Amino acid sequence: MDIKAKIIDEEGLNRTLTRLAHEILEKNKGSKNLVLIGMRTRGEFIAERIKQKITEIDKSEPNYGVLDITLYRDDFRTRLKQPEISVTNITIDLNDRDIILIDDVLYTGRTVRAALDALMDLGRPNSIQLCVLIDRGHRELPIKADFIGKNIPTSINEEVRVKIKETDGEDSVYLVNAPTKN
Amino acid sequence: MSLSNRHLLGLNGVPIEDIQLILDTATTFREVLERPIKKVPTLQGKTIVNLFFEDSTRTRISFELAQKRLSADTVNSTSSSSVKKGETFKDTVRNIEAMKVDMIIVRHKSAGVPQYLTRISKANIINAGDGLHEHPTQGLLDMYSIKERLGRLEGLNVCIVGDVAHSRVALSNIYGLKTMGAKVSVCAPATMIPMGIESLGVKIYTNIDEAIKRNDVLNILRIQLERNAGTRIPSLREYHNYFGITSERIEKNNKEILILHPGPINRGVEISSEVADGPYQVILDQVTNGVAVRMAVLYLLGTMH
Repeated sequence: MDIKAKIIDEEGLNRTLTRLAHEILEKNKGSKNLVLIGMRTRGEFIAERIKQKITEIDKSEPNYGVLDITLYRDDFRTRLKQPEISVTNITIDLNDRDIILIDDVLYTGRTVRAALDALMDLGRPNSIQLCVLIDRGHRELPIKADFIGKNIPTSINEEVRVKIKETDGEDSVYLVNAPTKN
Repeated sequence: MSLSNRHLLGLNGVPIEDIQLILDTATTFREVLERPIKKVPTLQGKTIVNLFFEDSTRTRISFELAQKRLSADTVNSTSSSSVKKGETFKDTVRNIEAMKVDMIIVRHKSAGVPQYLTRISKANIINAGDGLHEHPTQGLLDMYSIKERLGRLEGLNVCIVGDVAHSRVALSNIYGLKTMGAKVSVCAPATMIPMGIESLGVKIYTNIDEAIKRNDVLNILRIQLERNAGTRIPSLREYHNYFGITSERIEKNNKEILILHPGPINRGVEISSEVADGPYQVILDQVTNGVAVRMAVLYLLGTMH
């Protein structure tokens, strides 16, 4: 990993997640109708953290689920490697709920497009709001986040790496040079 | 992770990693089958032909549903009209290929037809049963169903009961289960046990009570009357008396046993109605799992580069 800068450290990440939790609660007037949906893999753990924050702040535990969008990808034909597939775990009925879709980095918007299609197959929510830890720009689809941890304007040759304790052993966000593609 | 072969012709020689990958992937599709909208867009734009030169209800519907639930375009050919009109099998396949298909699912009464197809077609080939050879997706769904119930395959004792000589399910089960570390045996009248089956590392029982006692799983095969199985046993009644799986036999010998049957079942012949509908069996789970397993195979082959 060719690091250019550390953008967020552990404390920073914690503060950012606290703010996001407050913003979600403010906009939705509480957590009663909310369902937090984390997108595998890192979105899952960010959603889990936000759920804890909301539980602390609002004294009520929001519903929570995990979405795997592999089956909805649009790049099966062009990718060299077969993507690894995982299981969606959403046990509650999504009809008429307000969904907060949570991911680590918003980039082209294609993952979010896939997630929207996947969610629509699971029910007819009242609303879907998008919450991302990092928005790095370069959208290829008309998609915009409702809650953003941090805006980081990047060049196309850079990548944002979000590290989460549960999968990477540390809480931080790095800006790195993209590995050269062969 | 990808499969190591772009066709699924049988389970003989398929590495453990591949079987594991298919079974793991099937878990994902099992979840899709529980959704209100049981369909994902993954194989959009792929064309799949189901070429069934031999009768089938379950397998054909299962494959077709699996394809539709992955959003592939599917066509069925269940008659052998063109071949009857004098066209060679090879020409038939070439014509179908000329219509630009990505995958061919084939069932044929002759062993080796899927293998032959790989030489004359560029499509991915999946064997849906060839003669007395193999029926790999059945073997996979049997393993998935056992694993779903018992949590593992390694170290389990699995006995295949019945018309082993006429069964392609038996061979696929033997190859697959042995790769996954299970101990496999067969139990049948001596006339229904193919010569030399011990060379596959399979134990032979000729007493059904013994087989029930010593195994964790029984996979019960149908007596295939359409393949002249009748000439190997005195009568169906006699077969039932000596080898039929009944509640009394299970309760006397091993109440922990898990009963599988690939279907169609002949009630009162190889299995009593009581057992077929009772607490020891997972026969209908096998059918549900069959769709998930076939989706997994179609997905893994269809998205391979």
